[in-house]
Amino acid sequence: MEREVKIRLDAVSFSYEEKPVLNNISFNVYDRDIITVVGPNGGGKTTLLKLILGLLKPDSGSIIINGRRPGYVPQYSHFDSKFPITVFDVVLSGRLTSGWGFYSRKDRKEAEKAISDMQLENVRNSHFSALSGGQRQRVLIARALAGDPEILLLDEPTANVDASVGSYLSEILLELNRELTIMLVTHDMGFVHSLTGRVFCINRVFHEHPLECVEVEAPLAGHQKGMKIVRHDITLDNDGCGGCFND
Amino acid sequence: MIDSFFSALFNPAVPFIRYAFLAGLLSSIAFGMIGTYVVVKRISYIAGSVSHATLAGIGFAVYMNEVYSVSWLSPMAGGLVSALVTALILSFVTNSSRERSDTAIGTVWALGMAVGILFIYASPGYGDPMSYLFGNILLIKKGDLFMILFLDALIATVVVIFYNRFLSVSFDEEFARVRGINTFLYNMVLTVLIALTVVLMVSTVGIVMVIAFMTIPPATASVFTNRLWKMMLLASLLCAFTSLAGLFVSYSLNIPSGATTIISAGIIYLAAVLVKKLVIDRARKKTAELSLR
Repeated sequence: MEREVKIRLDAVSFSYEEKPVLNNISFNVYDRDIITVVGPNGGGKTTLLKLILGLLKPDSGSIIINGRRPGYVPQYSHFDSKFPITVFDVVLSGRLTSGWGFYSRKDRKEAEKAISDMQLENVRNSHFSALSGGQRQRVLIARALAGDPEILLLDEPTANVDASVGSYLSEILLELNRELTIMLVTHDMGFVHSLTGRVFCINRVFHEHPLECVEVEAPLAGHQKGMKIVRHDITLDNDGCGGCFND
Repeated sequence: MIDSFFSALFNPAVPFIRYAFLAGLLSSIAFGMIGTYVVVKRISYIAGSVSHATLAGIGFAVYMNEVYSVSWLSPMAGGLVSALVTALILSFVTNSSRERSDTAIGTVWALGMAVGILFIYASPGYGDPMSYLFGNILLIKKGDLFMILFLDALIATVVVIFYNRFLSVSFDEEFARVRGINTFLYNMVLTVLIALTVVLMVSTVGIVMVIAFMTIPPATASVFTNRLWKMMLLASLLCAFTSLAGLFVSYSLNIPSGATTIISAGIIYLAAVLVKKLVIDRARKKTAELSLR
């Protein structure tokens, strides 16, 4: 059965002032894909995310999002730790729309649901900055979920959180992936391996790499068994070939 | 001492004390609300720039009054116009990442003052901008009270109606944009509200000390609060208390009211930080230790 296309990029190019960042990027993301975007610093990963979110406009090419407004989970470390805001306030802001006025009863209900989905009930009224890194990351996911998205976009979800949070986070994402299409940017190869899915490599241009289902030797052996490595030596030309490939 | 202050307050022969009292009380609502945004968004330099640039409008109004006897243009109205113009300029400059916004903010700050000083210099018999720079409660007229009331109501209404959006834009501008919020518009409205608040403040504490009064009470409030609206509420109460305390002390000791108000605010802030460090944090540590046992 043909799966629905949730995100379609067609020949997208983008540059900051005169400096080209992304060049002629095309891909399809299908319903309930889980995609990790990897690549070198300055390769354009975050720019790609911002283009999909509509925060930036492409110089050329087109970006089509099917379905409701995507949910966005930024890096938690870019927040001002002094800002007076509670966990509930943060999650509720995920219901925000343009226009004016106050939150409705439904908005509050959705926010409460997202809080319980992310198991944050016990810190509901805590100051956002009083939380640990992993908790903050969950609050930001809850905020994105409160908006009832079909697509979830995450920027470096494991940056500045300790390793145990990383594996917990991948469990959460895999769970959410049953209903949501997920795309995340990361540096953390261990994290890429813990998620089964498609891997996009962005370095001004776009490549899709297959994941190898192999038992890995040290130094990666610290991660769980059956993990995958990214074969940068192989590129998938036909879009849509996710999953694992054996040599 | 207290008796003489209160008898002065109700003495019809010295209305300026009553005006100053009411002005301080009324404007603290706007001060607490907008000061809170200035503190949490870390934009006190924008408030400083708008504040100093009001001298251009004040100076122009003084000049027109003195030289051409244009009596309808009050210094406060002149200050209001230049504050609004400055706010709009700074909104556009800070929105554009291509500009060095701190340079633009500093330029507007200094140019506004320079223009104001020249106008005041050119006004015969009015060589002293001290009252505007450091505040002078004698400047508050009955008509100003109505203007304060009007601006106060305007600021409070906008802040309440758009509270959720301002909160989101201040906390995470990028996320607000993802949700379809016009963050440029909200930032501009906020800067305009700052300009209105600055004009209210200039008459009580003076141009130079606006930044202090804009930031110290909310900073004090932030020591004890974890939600934006609570911080606003507490900051407003602190503003009211501080300006009344300042007025009382300055009247009793016959010293300048603006400076007294700022010093009161500073003392309260230091006391709050000390209480937080010595009492609250210690108690918390103790309960944490007890629960570990």
